[in-house]
Amino acid sequence: MRTDLIDLRLAGKDLACERGGRLVFSGLNFSVSGGEALVVTGRNGAGKSSLLRLIAGLLRKAGGQLGITGGDDEATVGEQSHYLGHLDAVKPSLSVGENLQFWATYLGAPRGAPIGPALEAVDLAQLSDLPAAYLSAGQRRRLSIARLVAVARPVWLLDEPTSALDSASQDRLAELMRKHRASGGMIVAAAHGPIGLDEPRELKLGVMG
Amino acid sequence: MTAFLALLLRDMRLAMRVGGGALMGALFYFIMVAMTPFAVGPDLNLLTRIGPAMLWLGALLASLLALDRLFATDHDDGSLDLLMMGALPLELAVAAKAIAHWLTTALPLIVITPVLGLMLNVELSAMGWVALTLLAGTPALTFIGLIGAALAVALRRGGLLLAVLVLPLTIPVLIFGVAAANAAIVGPAPFGPPFTVLCALSLASLVLGPFAAAAALRQGLE
Repeated sequence: MRTDLIDLRLAGKDLACERGGRLVFSGLNFSVSGGEALVVTGRNGAGKSSLLRLIAGLLRKAGGQLGITGGDDEATVGEQSHYLGHLDAVKPSLSVGENLQFWATYLGAPRGAPIGPALEAVDLAQLSDLPAAYLSAGQRRRLSIARLVAVARPVWLLDEPTSALDSASQDRLAELMRKHRASGGMIVAAAHGPIGLDEPRELKLGVMG
Repeated sequence: MTAFLALLLRDMRLAMRVGGGALMGALFYFIMVAMTPFAVGPDLNLLTRIGPAMLWLGALLASLLALDRLFATDHDDGSLDLLMMGALPLELAVAAKAIAHWLTTALPLIVITPVLGLMLNVELSAMGWVALTLLAGTPALTFIGLIGAALAVALRRGGLLLAVLVLPLTIPVLIFGVAAANAAIVGPAPFGPPFTVLCALSLASLVLGPFAAAAALRQGLE
């Protein structure tokens, strides 16, 4: 499933975004190919999160074109992307395993694929039966990251992925991102500081206005 | 289809866990009907006459009780974002949530209905028919409420707005539901016609509700 990802290209042309009647950005161009990483930087309110949500299809664009070529033509960009936002989408009354199993099934993991390896990848395997209500902020974040491992999708949209993570977890995330890119996936991340990506390209928002 | 079932089962599981409020609706319904004789007094004929109306009002309010949280919790913890990014069409995802809500809120209420005949001086055999009208009519309540729940999320105002939006739309269901239940208990009007209309209302809202709710959620993208 992942071997044909190498020819992928995610591109936005002349994108504009409006929120609450205020133009956040306009005339934005970017493109990412398989294996590449793009780090979106800019001051607070420059529209980093808005851009990621716009790519994910969670925000309507006010203008421009956005598309992904070389992937599944039937699926939208959002259906080929993982979105890791500020909220973790973790239900406190379900166990860690149940939370991950639900998202894996819902987001389209192959039938019967075990979630064990994904939990191992974020070092939560031994907490699988614990209700998620008892997790710390960092552990919830890791459970959220496990979703990206459990379901293979070519685009990762990461909104400040290292927030709440300790240094060991940041290293593990860096390793996961390296593997994802090595297998032809691409990453668009919003960040203020380095998040452990090798040779990322940078997209600076908010310089025009 | 796997995604549809996964969402249905997750919502049912959430409702049945601590704090989920699955039996809240049935409990509210039970208390409301049980209090009626104390409010009205021991006039058995009067109780029989207003019985169907009390049962249907109780069912209506009980099924709206937990509905405002249907999308609000998913919106607040970020789950709604991810639900929109699945390959499952949003209309079906929304329908799965509504079915789960109906199974955990309305179904228990229908199951206890025959017992409540005791409180309202209605024969047990007639209560079976009343339960049948609820079985046919409550899906309409849930699926109409679904639209209100989606709008409430899109407009960032829950609770009160939902009641104001949804209750007027449920009036036809209430009219035909009570008419069918009355026909079953006291007659002499036939049971068939109002019951058939009730089924039609449920089927129509089953089709329209998910589309309208999904459109409302998409409108609220921000």
